[in-house]
Amino acid sequence: MRLLPSLTALLIAGPIIAGQAQAYTVYVTNEKGNSLTIIDSETWEVTQTLDIGQRPRGITISPDGSELYVCASDDDTVQVFDTATMQLKHTLPSGPDPELFVLHPSGNPLYIANEDDNIVTVVDVKELRVLAEVPVGVEPEGMGVSPDGSVVVNTSETTNMAHFINTETFEIDTNVLVDQRPRFAEFTKDGKKLYVSAEIGGTVSVIDPAAGEITKKIGFEVAGIVPEALQPVGVRATSDGKKVFVALGPANRVAVIDGETDEVIEYLLVGQRVWQMAFTPDEKYIITTNGNSNDVSVIDVESLKVIKSIQVGEQPWGVVVSPS
Amino acid sequence: MTRLRLAALTVLGLCFAAPAAMAEQVIKSAVVRVERDVPLPISRLDLPIEDDGFAGARQATRDNSTTGQFLGQKYEMLEVDTTTTDLTATLDRLMAEGVTSIVSIAAADDLLTMADHLAEQPMLLLNASAEEDRLRNDACRANVLHIAPSRAMLADGLAQYLIWKRWSTWLLIHGSHPDDITKAESLRRAAKKFGAEIVEERVFEDTGGARRTDSGHVKVQKQIPVFTQRAEEHDVVIAVDENQVFGLYLPYRTWDARPVAGDAGLVARSWHPAFEGWGATQLQRRFEKKEGRRMTDLDYQVWVALRAIGEAATRAGTADPVALRDWMLSDEFEIAAFKGQKLNFRPWNNQLRQGVIMADEKLVVTVSPQEEFLHQVTRLDTLGFDRPESTCTF
Repeated sequence: MRLLPSLTALLIAGPIIAGQAQAYTVYVTNEKGNSLTIIDSETWEVTQTLDIGQRPRGITISPDGSELYVCASDDDTVQVFDTATMQLKHTLPSGPDPELFVLHPSGNPLYIANEDDNIVTVVDVKELRVLAEVPVGVEPEGMGVSPDGSVVVNTSETTNMAHFINTETFEIDTNVLVDQRPRFAEFTKDGKKLYVSAEIGGTVSVIDPAAGEITKKIGFEVAGIVPEALQPVGVRATSDGKKVFVALGPANRVAVIDGETDEVIEYLLVGQRVWQMAFTPDEKYIITTNGNSNDVSVIDVESLKVIKSIQVGEQPWGVVVSPS
Repeated sequence: MTRLRLAALTVLGLCFAAPAAMAEQVIKSAVVRVERDVPLPISRLDLPIEDDGFAGARQATRDNSTTGQFLGQKYEMLEVDTTTTDLTATLDRLMAEGVTSIVSIAAADDLLTMADHLAEQPMLLLNASAEEDRLRNDACRANVLHIAPSRAMLADGLAQYLIWKRWSTWLLIHGSHPDDITKAESLRRAAKKFGAEIVEERVFEDTGGARRTDSGHVKVQKQIPVFTQRAEEHDVVIAVDENQVFGLYLPYRTWDARPVAGDAGLVARSWHPAFEGWGATQLQRRFEKKEGRRMTDLDYQVWVALRAIGEAATRAGTADPVALRDWMLSDEFEIAAFKGQKLNFRPWNNQLRQGVIMADEKLVVTVSPQEEFLHQVTRLDTLGFDRPESTCTF
């Protein structure tokens, strides 16, 4: 019976492995489908699809994972869902046409970019009221928050600036001019670097937040793809700051940047019109939304391989993963 | 190249460290509209809009000012109506008032008058309305930057789509006005360039008379089928009707059941109020909210003109018109204008590169260049007169 020990080992190992790969819940907004797709990160299968507000785009989740926030852009509101029941709890007074937002690391307040009014609306998510409206540049879009929560950065697409908003005074302390149509702002976890993508400019600016200066601009080049199709949108950096992922929109690629040298080390082929991205909390995977192929791609962060694509609703736009 | 960009960055860095210490810069522009006799349109929906173009200027000034507040730059804009007779006197007055850039809403000859009058002056001149190809070729002027797409660009954009659609045989119907004759030439050129065949041409004579009558449709219903019968076999009818004499009569009334494009049906243009691509909805919405009407092509073109000035002022950190023009014509200049890629100027004729929208009354059908048409520099240069074809010399 020499087989038995190894079989036993397998039986024991099985559950242990499953226990190690923690299951998270992945939430994807489908801009055209007016729906939300829920995916289980263990099986990478769609477990639920919900009809939600019109033109859902930006999505985020509370630090404890209990509340899910979705920008329903054409309803001019932010919808708040109870993740336990996936019932709509209430809506937030968001101002018109909310597209993207960022939650303070403490879970409150929420900073929302209102494209039509050139303002960032600060909303208390517990008391459901507007705390402040901060005038920014034309077409505010990208929102990033420093890890200590002291600074919120908004990017304005026509003014082409990153505006550094002081979260205590609600005033702009610094403006940094970047390339055309800045889309997204992402701080590293140590707060020492800020990455800002410029969709039409085709670059990612690396900014020293303390100095308020650009230290480097990262350009992109993929053989066989015309330069104007290399349009950086979503940006995500690993907690150790060693890898930075940049979604390149209609180039259907995610660029991987070495966070130490800020040089591109790899281009990964994903679905069409790759837009936003989110890590699983263990940072083993990063998930990309691919608007034109109606799917999400799953990238293995360690091996930099695209391991899976999952069909979701029509025109997936935003993605967030539950914290546990 | 990389080194150059870094050098430029450093310069910018300096500019931005300083704004608080700098005196406020004022960028003063005028949008000059030269009165023109335009015939009444066939459709009452096309009656002239009083502030066509000026509303776009106001929106651009609001946008520029929002950006300017962060940089200590102030934007002023004058809306000026004048006539061909008063044109040069108006320009002199504006110069005396400290205006340093002019956006023109004027016919080709008036634009040339302005260009020549301002040739030696420190004044930016941007053409927001005249589409004539000659302004980009033999009659080009070094001090004019063209924001409006040329007729050749519009015709090429349309031709690319029709070829993509495999509608490659055309019945060309053009009007009898001189404008129509030259415009027809842009279409012939586009057909040849992209491999379409004009199987037959017909001329619709303008016999004058009232454009609109109570039961005009009764007559038109009978007139157009007869006018279009016994044509050579064709895929599509191309209407060239610069003065709106007959173009809109063609759809649904031709002898053969064929789609219409050109100045009716599927129209090539720079903007469309239903256009939502690449974030355009944002501009449409903020324009409509402030101006209470839809944004026209001319509003958009004037908006781009003033935004280009604003963009140059932001990046170059100056209000000096000569420095602004140098910046706009340099490799550093780029502007995002809701066309999905950065736009800049062609150095051989100062034409702004841009995509062309094809739309019917209600919706955008496509945006050219079509991706199947390749180019060694940029696909945008498949539209209009490319460097080797240009007859412009400055």
